[in-house]
Amino acid sequence: MASHGIRDRVAIVGMGCTPFGEHWDKGADDLLVDACKDAYASARVEPAAVDAYWLGTMGSGISGLLLSEALKIPYKPVTRLENMCATGSEALRNAAYAVASGAYDLVMAVGVEKLKDSGYSGLVSSRPPDDGTLPTMTAPAMFSLLAPAYAKKYGVDEGTLKDVISRIAWKNHVNGAKNPKAQFRSEVPIEKIKSSPRVAGMFGVFDCSGVSDGSAAAILCRAEDAHKYTDKPIFIKALAFAAGPAEGFFNQEYDFTTFQEVVESCRDAYAQAGIRNPREEVSMAEVHDCFTATELVLMEDMGFSARGQAWKDVLDGRFDGDGPQPVNPDGGLKSFGHPIGASGLRMMYEMWLQLRGEAGARQIRDPKLGLTHNLGGQPGRCVSFVSVVGR
Amino acid sequence: MAGITRFGSYVPFFRVQRTALGGGRGARAVASHDEDSVSMAVEAARDALRGAAAPELLLFATTSGAYAEKTNAATVQAALGLPEQIASAELGGSTRMGLAALGLGLDAATAGRRALVSAADVVIGAPGGSRESGGGDAAVAFVTGPDSEACARLLGRASATTELLDVWRLPEERFAKQWEERFGAEVLGPALVDAATRALKDAKVEPTELSHVILDATNPRAAAGLPRALRLKPEQLADGLESQVGRAGAAHAGLVLASVLDQAKPGARILVTSLADGCEALVFEVTDRIAAARPRHTVAGWIGSKRDDLAYNNWLKWRGILPFEPPRRPDPERPAAPPMRRNERWKMAFEGARCTRCQTGHLPPQRVCIHCGAIDEMAPERFADRGCKVATFTLDHLAYSLQPPVVAAVVDFEGGGRLTCELTDVEPASVAIGNELEMTFRRLYTGQGVHNYFWKARPRR
Repeated sequence: MASHGIRDRVAIVGMGCTPFGEHWDKGADDLLVDACKDAYASARVEPAAVDAYWLGTMGSGISGLLLSEALKIPYKPVTRLENMCATGSEALRNAAYAVASGAYDLVMAVGVEKLKDSGYSGLVSSRPPDDGTLPTMTAPAMFSLLAPAYAKKYGVDEGTLKDVISRIAWKNHVNGAKNPKAQFRSEVPIEKIKSSPRVAGMFGVFDCSGVSDGSAAAILCRAEDAHKYTDKPIFIKALAFAAGPAEGFFNQEYDFTTFQEVVESCRDAYAQAGIRNPREEVSMAEVHDCFTATELVLMEDMGFSARGQAWKDVLDGRFDGDGPQPVNPDGGLKSFGHPIGASGLRMMYEMWLQLRGEAGARQIRDPKLGLTHNLGGQPGRCVSFVSVVGR
Repeated sequence: MAGITRFGSYVPFFRVQRTALGGGRGARAVASHDEDSVSMAVEAARDALRGAAAPELLLFATTSGAYAEKTNAATVQAALGLPEQIASAELGGSTRMGLAALGLGLDAATAGRRALVSAADVVIGAPGGSRESGGGDAAVAFVTGPDSEACARLLGRASATTELLDVWRLPEERFAKQWEERFGAEVLGPALVDAATRALKDAKVEPTELSHVILDATNPRAAAGLPRALRLKPEQLADGLESQVGRAGAAHAGLVLASVLDQAKPGARILVTSLADGCEALVFEVTDRIAAARPRHTVAGWIGSKRDDLAYNNWLKWRGILPFEPPRRPDPERPAAPPMRRNERWKMAFEGARCTRCQTGHLPPQRVCIHCGAIDEMAPERFADRGCKVATFTLDHLAYSLQPPVVAAVVDFEGGGRLTCELTDVEPASVAIGNELEMTFRRLYTGQGVHNYFWKARPRR
């Protein structure tokens, strides 16, 4: 019993990603066609060359037919999957294993979400009929529990913590402003972020990721075949996933300053990739900044900062686009937007661009290893995905 | 004979000042947006049942039942964690039914069956009218039992049933109407004097021997003649709580009786009357068991624990009288019948589980222990009366609520166990980690015509 990983056995040879945002003129099927068309072109393959598909969407459709019908895929396996906000990454992980197993030569992982048709503020999800006793907190409320807990545990006063989380939002907007595909493409003054209308707890509107429509896709093959499709493939070093037992909901010792699921999935991923010191060895990361305080806590759970020190690293600019360890160089969920099923693959799209030197104005100098991290659920009860990729 | 063995009361947290209703003195009590007659009856009965022998009969009286068809008493039974093997019945139709239910509960006790008698009302009136301003929301509960256990022994009683058009409301109407008061007084006044006189005779008590006389009537003018007729002194008349609570419908006579019992001395004799389409009159004698029988919360305690500046428009919104702009969020889903039934002990009685191997508490109940992983080694445990504290919290401005922001908290229970739930009757600015809380049974919302009851935490009252 062990997690062996598939280091350097699978390559990503093509990717596509739509702009994220309010696509009033496009349905989920249109977004899927846009992302897949880009990905086929990027890998220089005809659709017929792809042997199997994994489609991630939280709620913009059901079954593989959502994809096969939109793309007129003729009688091939299309798996539809869902793992909350980590859905897109799950499509990639399962597709990668299919290639590694030798079952298929060329596969595609696709994610999509169409959120802006609901007419509601924030994220809306349906759940099976229940007894009416489940907590009805909104996503920002659940994640806002992190901020006062972190402040208390590490003796950071709430004013300073507000500065810290506002700086995270500011940084991600600065990055997103340089990204033509991001939902929000302008820098936002830090004072405006700090004074934005309250949504939940310490969070204002600018502490929350964008609700958006979008789709992203990746084409994968065995590493030895990668150069048939592109001169600059990227290689999967690690894929890890952890679903928690909801310990934080039951155990009084859980203090809302960490995601154990992230700690565990990172440990597995670093072991697979041979990373001993993530703070030094990971060149860049796309992490699940659904809310600003989430990104703060993630820096510690992922080993980028020591416990209780991430707030200082944030203020020091360590994770800025031009800092020593850029985090969310594409703008993150905050600025790029968060169409649930597409986000994990959007993160990988940034790794694809950065590792190939195609990230334009936000290109990081000579990145070696990139990390993507995707979280679904809430503090104390969540799923966590981590990948490490490199050249 | 029989008597009252235990009692409890409940007055909700909010008050509307009568000056906000166009005049009048004092304030009226207002059930919160997440309360109704059923949830308030549960609150009063929880206090009454503390230390009481298990009842075999549950009676519930209200003129504002949460459901017009569906046994509201069954919800009360379930929320109290009472066994299903008890009888229950509901009384409604007029405010007299609260005291009538107590009479029936005493009958049952005389026949050897302990009864839990609960009465509650959420009183509304057409905006601008005297029912709106004079009414109040509250609940009361009594446990009846044998004479030997009584804290208030029944000495005598009398009833009357009178057919007249005094107060009425059609099933499809929101607000009751009332005929001219002078007419009602003309008919009901003599009925009250007659019933009270018969009850005192039955009890072999002279009016001068009464320490406390409680008058409750749809029509104050109709009750005004009794003190004159019995030559009562002003100090014999109990405070009717009009200026702090208002007339609390079917709960009112019992609520005033509870407030009298909160302070009465052994040997004190009490006449309690309720006048509506007839009359109930009961005479009690307080026994020396009264000190031990008193509930944790007194009526005066409830009255003093309040937020007394509820805006009139919020109150109308809470009662569904005033339409309002909903948030841009989905309407709440109705809970489904099968999961409600299979999780009834959790949802209604707030029964969690404790691992018998490692003693870890679980809310909601689980089959697999979060701590030691033992499977199916759980024992049920009711957490409703266990103290708890805020572990962490947030103010949710986005969630659907009739009183935003929603105060959501992670709550840790004494002796283990944790729950994420909503706080109610709370000042958002006063919430802090470590605040002490207690659980309260509430109607979370009504979705697609189905009430969703569950528990919330509130600061200790």
